[in-house]
Amino acid sequence: MKVLICISNVPDTTTKIRFNADNTAFDTAGIQWIINPWDELALTRALELKETTGDTIEKITVVAVGLKDAEPTLRKALAIGADDAVRIDAEPKDAFFVAEQLAQVAKDYDIILCGIEASDYNGSAVGGMLSEFLNIPSVSSVSKLNIENGDVKVNREIDGGSETLSTEVPFVAIVQKGIALEPRIPSMRGIMMARKKPLNVLPAVETEALTEFVSYELPPAKSACKIVDTENVKELVDLLHNEAKVI
Amino acid sequence: MDFEFTEEQLMIRQAARDYAERELIQDVLERDAKAEFPTRHIKNLADLGFMGMIVDPKYDGGGMDTISYVLAIEEISKIDSSVSVILSVNNSLVCYGIEKFGIEEQKEKYLKPLARGEKIGAFLLSEPEAGSDASKQRTIAEDKGDYYLINGTKNWISNANSASIYIVIAHTHPEKGHKGINAFIVEKNSPGISLGPHEDKMGMRSSDTHSVMFTDVKVPKENRIGEDGFGFKFAMKALEAGRIGIAAQAVGIASGALDRAIQYAKERKAFGTEIANHQAIAFKISDMAVKVENARNLCLKAAWLKDQGKPFATASSMAKQYAADIAMEVTTEAVQIHGGYGYVKEYHVERLMREAKLTQIYEGTSEIQKIVISRSLLSD
Ligand SMILES: Cc1cc2nc3c(=O)[nH]c(=O)nc-3n(C[C@H](O)[C@H](O)[C@H](O)COP(=O)(O)OP(=O)(O)OC[C@H]3O[C@@H](n4cnc5c(N)ncnc54)[C@H](O)[C@@H]3O)c2cc1C
Ligand SMILES: Cc1cc2nc3c(=O)[nH]c(=O)nc-3n(C[C@H](O)[C@H](O)[C@H](O)COP(=O)(O)OP(=O)(O)OC[C@H]3O[C@@H](n4cnc5c(N)ncnc54)[C@H](O)[C@@H]3O)c2cc1C
Repeated sequence: MKVLICISNVPDTTTKIRFNADNTAFDTAGIQWIINPWDELALTRALELKETTGDTIEKITVVAVGLKDAEPTLRKALAIGADDAVRIDAEPKDAFFVAEQLAQVAKDYDIILCGIEASDYNGSAVGGMLSEFLNIPSVSSVSKLNIENGDVKVNREIDGGSETLSTEVPFVAIVQKGIALEPRIPSMRGIMMARKKPLNVLPAVETEALTEFVSYELPPAKSACKIVDTENVKELVDLLHNEAKVI
Repeated sequence: MDFEFTEEQLMIRQAARDYAERELIQDVLERDAKAEFPTRHIKNLADLGFMGMIVDPKYDGGGMDTISYVLAIEEISKIDSSVSVILSVNNSLVCYGIEKFGIEEQKEKYLKPLARGEKIGAFLLSEPEAGSDASKQRTIAEDKGDYYLINGTKNWISNANSASIYIVIAHTHPEKGHKGINAFIVEKNSPGISLGPHEDKMGMRSSDTHSVMFTDVKVPKENRIGEDGFGFKFAMKALEAGRIGIAAQAVGIASGALDRAIQYAKERKAFGTEIANHQAIAFKISDMAVKVENARNLCLKAAWLKDQGKPFATASSMAKQYAADIAMEVTTEAVQIHGGYGYVKEYHVERLMREAKLTQIYEGTSEIQKIVISRSLLSD
């Protein structure tokens, strides 16, 4: 089986978010880019499966829709252990646009892994759209992925428990926490080998984005926390009523 | 002139940072308290290739440049210098020494397992009576024809217990002064080697430091490094490279303390405002940051010179002396900024201060670095 991991290149989770002067675009100056955390876990799980299921998995590919600045992120995925990488050369305009781009690569794979959301735009849309483009099943909120005697089994977290599903391949798994414990740290050997692994650049297919960002707004600053002594229940009620206006 | 790191250097820095922030931080306080060797971490770091990261891939190393090495040591030292000293001794004294001056057979037999991190190395130069004045070796390696017989005592040996491969410096021709000294590769399990007790140290307590006694230890002739009498020069050359690692360690200790001081100053309130708003504290942070930046640049410059194949001895002494001295100053100020909280273990800065002190002492004290630097400037 061939495994594809769709990788979104996102700002480091500790980034201070700033916008341009008229608040219409995210200011990327000085940002450190990382592999979207869910995608990194998906890659980790794919590697675990490759190592533990004999010859079942013949190849692990990572793909990103993005401009040249997404390449360091792809090379990190290669250093961690992916066999090859593809960059589809386009600015990721919106989820529909991204999914249609990914479809041209994903059609050749058996297990396609997407994260449950990209940690920057949090769209939670690409995985589902991609399966529609390919007309194949998708399972969301996957927290476990196993291959037993060639059969693919996935677990989903549901309210109050979890369910196990078996699925045909090809399919799209939209993965979340639990899929792997911790992302892998690339080794020196991995970093060296990544120099020689292929990173192919494909032109984008003609398609239009369906949405457009009009403006951004930062959330209001968190107001200071007030501590009320346990003796002063009256003061607490007073504050909740008059200041916070919640009761 | 280019101050940008390459993509690979950044990836290595991040890998070291990730390991330190995810793993080392978890038991660093406990290991410090119990003076416990970081066995599990050294195994993991070996699997990741850090133990021989600057060794040529042809000898199973990581093939990385010295800049990457400096970045990795800095990141690990921000959290745990006991671990970084183990890496530093293995990489830049032992592996570097064998790779640069050893013969092919020695590299096959000893460098490869060291570079893979399967075995750990130690560097045995200092003696009870020969520290700064390293040429006053009392350990004797008597030439017995097809082998050497070693007798004597080495002191303060990092990795003494965990290592299985030693590089031992000893006198063969005391009448020739430092030109009679040799360096040998010695297997620790050779009969006649015994260890003193684990030193109860002020800092870097989870690295294992012991004295090592040699009683009639037989070492095959082919384990001598270089020509007869090359040992002192060998030790000095290895230390030139090693000092870049210790400089990077000092930079890491200082920048780890600075990070913690900044965070604390923004949180702690006194007189109705965060202490960072008191200019006396803000200026301390500024002074600390300038020192850390200076030390880092000196250290990277020395690493860069080494990578370019240019002379780097003076640069590495400058980096080591400055970085060690400012690590002491910066960690002391970090404790001060933390007030009473800085004086207890939980906040890490007192430990960083204890660790900083060692960087001014080993691999040549700060005074010895000044001798090296001034001589290079004053000699004709
Ligand atoms: C430079 C730049 C400019 C942008 N401009 C716009 C804009 O003008 N208007 C707009 O609406 N959005 C814009 N975006 C955001 C872009 O829409 C999102 O990257 C895209 O919609 C996917 O994000 P999402 O949150 O919907 O993904 P989600 O659906 O939350 O992502 C889920 C999963 O989909 C996969 N995935 C997501 N993105 C990619 C990708 N690029 N390549 C491969 N796999 C991916 C990953 O597996 C990810 O875990 C821009 C992004 C960038 C980086
Ligand atoms: C924890 C630890 C780990 C160590 N690990 C190793 C190791 O792995 N391998 C190894 O070989 N050694 C190791 N050492 C030894 C270390 O390198 C020596 O301690 C160091 O070189 C100083 O030698 P000394 O302790 O004998 O001090 P001394 O040489 O006695 O120095 C005492 C003081 O006098 C000063 N001084 C000496 N000569 C001069 C001079 N000419 N001018 C001005 N001042 C001078 C020194 O700077 C110092 O302040 C380690 C030491 C420690 C504490």
